[in-house]
Amino acid sequence: MAVSLKASRSSAGRRRMDVVFQVAALAVLVAALAGLGALIGDVWRDGAGRLSWTFLTTFPSRRAEQAGIYHAIVGSLYVIALTAAMALPIGVASAVYLEEYGGRSRTARFIELNIANLAAVPSIIYGLLGLGLFVRALGMGRSVMAGAGTLALLALPVVILSTREALRTVPSTIREGSYALGATKWQTIWHQVLPMALPGILTGLILSLSRAIGETAPLITIGALTYIPFAPDSVWSAFTVLPIQIFNWVSRPQVAFKENAAAGILVLLALLLTMNALAIVVRDRFQRKGRP
Amino acid sequence: MNTDLPTLPPGLSSLVRGGAPAAETAPVKLDVRDLNFYYGEKRALDGISMAIYAHRVTAFIGPSGCGKSTFLRTLNRMNDIIPGARVEGSVTIDGQDAYGPGVDVVSLRRQVGMVFQKSNPFPKSIFENVAYGLRINNLVQTKAELAARVEESLRAAAIWDEVKDRLNDSALALSGGQQQRLCIARALAIRPDILLMDEPASALDPIATQRIEELVYDLKKDYTIVIVTHNMQQAARVSDYTAFFWLGRLVEYGRTDKIFTAPSEKLTEDYVTGRCG
Amino acid sequence: MSSRRAERVIEGLLFLCALVSVGTTAGIILVLSAETVAFFREVPILDFLTGTEWTPLFATQRFGVLPLVLGTVVVSVIALLVAVPTGLVSAIYLSEYAPDRVRRVVKPVLEILAGVPTVVYGYFALTFVTPTLQAWLPGLAGFNALSPGLVMGLMILPLVSSLSEDAMRAVPRGLREGAYALGATRMQTSWQVVVPAAFSGITAAVILAASRAIGETMIVAIAAGQQPRFTANPFVPIETMTAYIVQVSLGDTPQGTLEYRTIFAVGMLLFLMTFALNLLSGWLRARFREEYS
Repeated sequence: MAVSLKASRSSAGRRRMDVVFQVAALAVLVAALAGLGALIGDVWRDGAGRLSWTFLTTFPSRRAEQAGIYHAIVGSLYVIALTAAMALPIGVASAVYLEEYGGRSRTARFIELNIANLAAVPSIIYGLLGLGLFVRALGMGRSVMAGAGTLALLALPVVILSTREALRTVPSTIREGSYALGATKWQTIWHQVLPMALPGILTGLILSLSRAIGETAPLITIGALTYIPFAPDSVWSAFTVLPIQIFNWVSRPQVAFKENAAAGILVLLALLLTMNALAIVVRDRFQRKGRP
Repeated sequence: MNTDLPTLPPGLSSLVRGGAPAAETAPVKLDVRDLNFYYGEKRALDGISMAIYAHRVTAFIGPSGCGKSTFLRTLNRMNDIIPGARVEGSVTIDGQDAYGPGVDVVSLRRQVGMVFQKSNPFPKSIFENVAYGLRINNLVQTKAELAARVEESLRAAAIWDEVKDRLNDSALALSGGQQQRLCIARALAIRPDILLMDEPASALDPIATQRIEELVYDLKKDYTIVIVTHNMQQAARVSDYTAFFWLGRLVEYGRTDKIFTAPSEKLTEDYVTGRCG
Repeated sequence: MSSRRAERVIEGLLFLCALVSVGTTAGIILVLSAETVAFFREVPILDFLTGTEWTPLFATQRFGVLPLVLGTVVVSVIALLVAVPTGLVSAIYLSEYAPDRVRRVVKPVLEILAGVPTVVYGYFALTFVTPTLQAWLPGLAGFNALSPGLVMGLMILPLVSSLSEDAMRAVPRGLREGAYALGATRMQTSWQVVVPAAFSGITAAVILAASRAIGETMIVAIAAGQQPRFTANPFVPIETMTAYIVQVSLGDTPQGTLEYRTIFAVGMLLFLMTFALNLLSGWLRARFREEYS
């Protein structure tokens, strides 16, 4: 029988299925994209009208038209800065231990398994932990400190995982070069490995913080107040954050408050966008440095 | 345990054992006795014994995978960082056991410098690359002293004239040959006794290679140099002694001219004349 | 030698930091069990696990958790019905079909979907999806399980898609080439060779997504209601386990009371459910990795 390169009937049918599948797949992706578009469009339509300088710089009010979001912005920034200050050193130190010291020891493997599991624990469970540990056992009350501690524990697994990833990108030749000059293990890590891994570490940190800043449930659980007419002035003061303020407004029946919620969402999304852009800038900046 | 390796021709091992070439006046710097090395279960080096002389250049030759680089890295305990690596036997440096209890690996490496096959400058400035070893080992007290030692090292590595005007530029902007000489300068800065070079010119073009070879020749009055190379002409050009490795064993060790002109082993002769490997 | 001691001290400090994560797990278990044990001293555990009425905040208290569990399951199933087929199709497309140009556009969009705060999804479900659905389904209540379920599906779609895609990409080229050599089309290769080969990895992704859906809080707290009903009807208000914890946290229930302890008992149950799913998912993933490395 001679070779025929023409499509047979059955193969044409199969090829048609191939095309049908691709169309279906694209339809799914377009639908997901449309969902995202609808979400943003919905929020923009409801909230853009409420966005103003006054909205950003005034305190909440029982009257929707006069309510602002200043206290929640300051609260969010306070909490996130403190979260970073706690999660970064502990997360990087854990990652350095697991990647550079722990090796394949049983302890290290146990810690790794533990971190992998923590990464998938629902955030509201961290809230219950924060309530039992920070708010009550350690007597921190419903303070910025308790909220940041809770979010730091929540962010820790991601910071550790992304730091380990960054440490792994440092070539072993750099480590060997340092050892060969009589550097100790820690000198090698501190002077050579960490600086090289820094962009990756910071990118991971910012991304995990941008997740933490949108977290609502754990902070509600530890009792962050939904209505406070002031901005926090110390780590021990009561606070609220953007997502909680949004939730508070969403839960009210009046349409005017829903508009406030939408405007609050726009502020939150803008903050997230800024953080993600920052992550990209940090990565690019460091990558260019030290390279020809 | 010997099952990993084919047996050598009879009588050879005893010939190699303690193989001290005759008529050498220089003192022994490094003395290796019955060294075995394992990666996990796999034996990579088998019963190596040899004496390396001070202020001489000793070349290790042999086909890839013969263990010459592994052996070099046992001399400054660089293999310690590989998980599952294990050493038996002894390495003595100026009469002290390098693997003995209480030996500080860090100060050992300070005295046995190393240059790697692929140049590995740190992603910092040229100056900082050389200054790093001086700083971490607290070898200098003042800024002026630091600058002087950096200059001295860069001069010793014959790269000063090329970089003196751009010491603060990134080391990664240098050419491959310059990077390798910078790595040599970096190793020289902490004034080691012994300099280990693992195929330092394998990634370089002929002109850069020639500069490295000239440098090796100049450096031997101050240092004991051990150089691994897969290039036999290079071994013949730069070294006083040559050791030939084959499948994890030291086959023959002697004066370079003798190894290349009148080797006593058939295997060596076959290798240096290009009939095998 | 002092530098050696300093190295030891540093290693010790790093190890202590690494232990913080173990302490976190231990803390979660301790806090939850302390309150849960106190709770079960007053409420029989069997009543809790088998009762179909949940009214701890009413005058006649009933502590049957099943309405909350069922509410959680209904919303999660709806979310998975959305996310699994679409996530799988998009994973196959991205892994087997999509040209690089398309991937470069689609992947970031999926990442954005995964990065939207859940309170935003909640707002979307309540103020957009529910009213839109009500135009088609007149019987749909203002709070219901359907709308948050659908939106949650959109939220976990990226998780299913990216983890499944990773699993499919790990399938060796040789298997695909074998199928192509036998004259299979891309679609036959995908469905009959790649998907079965990556099955345990894909299952792990789906299970992890289920765990995420069960633990998701804000979407349901905003859009599903606060009425713990023992019903599988997706059109009426219900309450999930997570939404209940939020409801009590927002209220003024005094600490140390039985009502207050309910949130820890419910939290414990939630933790155990998600923990079991996470372990299962991790075990499947490890098995999958062994197969191909």
